[in-house]
Amino acid sequence: MATKNISRPYTIAQKLYVFYIIKGMLINLRRFFSGLILQRNWTIQYPEERRDYSQRFRGAHFISVDKNKTENCTACFLCETVCPAECIHIVAEERDDDKNPDGVWKEKKPLSFDIDLLRCCFCGFCEEACPKDAIKLSRDYEMSVSNRDDAIFDLAHLKREINGRG
Amino acid sequence: MDPVIFTTLAVVAKMLLLLAVTLGVVPIMVWFERRGAGWFQGRPGPNRVGPFGLLQPLADVIKFFFKEDWTPRNADKFWYWVAPIIALVAPLAAISVIPFGSHIVIGDQVVQMQLADVDAGVIFILAFAGLEVYPVILAGWASNNKYTVLGALRGSAQVVSYEISMGLALLSMLLFYGTFNMNEMVTWQDRSLWGMIPAWGAFFNPFAAMVFWISIFAETNRLPFDLPEGESEIVAGYHLEYGAFKFAAFFMAEYVAMIMAAALMVIVFFGGYGFLPGMQTMLEIATQQFGLGSAGIQNVTALLQFTSIASKVAFVMFVFVWVRWTLPRFRFDQLMDLGWKWLFPLSLVNLVYSAWLTWFMAN
Repeated sequence: MATKNISRPYTIAQKLYVFYIIKGMLINLRRFFSGLILQRNWTIQYPEERRDYSQRFRGAHFISVDKNKTENCTACFLCETVCPAECIHIVAEERDDDKNPDGVWKEKKPLSFDIDLLRCCFCGFCEEACPKDAIKLSRDYEMSVSNRDDAIFDLAHLKREINGRG
Repeated sequence: MDPVIFTTLAVVAKMLLLLAVTLGVVPIMVWFERRGAGWFQGRPGPNRVGPFGLLQPLADVIKFFFKEDWTPRNADKFWYWVAPIIALVAPLAAISVIPFGSHIVIGDQVVQMQLADVDAGVIFILAFAGLEVYPVILAGWASNNKYTVLGALRGSAQVVSYEISMGLALLSMLLFYGTFNMNEMVTWQDRSLWGMIPAWGAFFNPFAAMVFWISIFAETNRLPFDLPEGESEIVAGYHLEYGAFKFAAFFMAEYVAMIMAAALMVIVFFGGYGFLPGMQTMLEIATQQFGLGSAGIQNVTALLQFTSIASKVAFVMFVFVWVRWTLPRFRFDQLMDLGWKWLFPLSLVNLVYSAWLTWFMAN
């Protein structure tokens, strides 16, 4: 590869470093005192202060429920199909008639509904694909777990109560 | 009390005090370095452990203490162990000849505020400052790791090149004062020019002060000359293979060396323990207020002198931190350029100027 010579015309003052070093240091001294005296910070103290993310932030998943605490999901597999990371695994089942006051609207139900958070890329395609508005992404961004099994959200966990988008 | 016993006790007390003060300043300095970095960068810095995060260095020490003390399999065990010891001992030894005040009077005995009043004090300090390059080379080579060797080579080249300009800057001042004794240097500077500004060496020879100041940054491996460590290029440089307390020894050694270099700089160029403007008035007020005798006056003088040198050293230390968070690291060829093509010839010229100045002042 050929060497590219880029000429940068420096003035004598710039070549001498000294003046510009002093200039830069004075700027930084101002920063120092604004930090020391005015306590002007660009950071937030995380566990105490929390950042208010956008309403469209895509965080941990949940499945919305109706007034009877029955999940809206009808195990149509659209989310599993659209998922680019292949992190959704659904096993479908027929819903008992007596437990289904909504009739034909909820004939099917997921026997199990697992989302592998370690695979998920939080693209939100599942949310867009869902015809029942069942699977949604909340604004919850604290998803740390201490082992890999905890990172797989099962149906019980997905049905946790979340107001709005969390 | 028997003078011999008194002197022995005084020396032991001074040794312990010096060690305690020096090693006590290190955690404060570490705290200030990290907290100051926060202030410079618009964030609070470590503020969790203790009030204002002041106990953070203590927490670090506990962490270092309980970490596994591990030696690399292919390291040269002996030199691997000796290197951090030399690193810590050399600057501590150099500090022993630094005067922190004239003397105090206890009963009818006089105690020098200096561990050892060596006539060739500057040479003694230079000898031990020169020793600081050995732990870098020993640690780098004995660890048997390519990054540490790179760090050691860089460190040795850098320290040797900058020691020349540092020595020349110091030589010009030695010529000027005509003495190697630090107390005499301070006495020389302890007067004022035109009754206003103190007669500090830096005002007579500002260029030597600047060269010396730049050189001590390189000597103590501080940014912008921290190439032997160079985190982003060679991981951690010469102390990469060190962990636990051996790393802590290197870490402390860096700060002790900074204190030592700052104290030397203050003594040669900024009047040492000589009074700051206004301190004479304070002394007079104290004398009248408390009706002090001659011993009392001397003790208050010593206290003010210690305050003077401590505040000056603190300022130089602040500049260390200030520069660290302002300037980026030099490239190695730029470092060598600056050392050999600029500072070295210019300090030679400065030596001639200093010789002329000495002749001029003598006549």
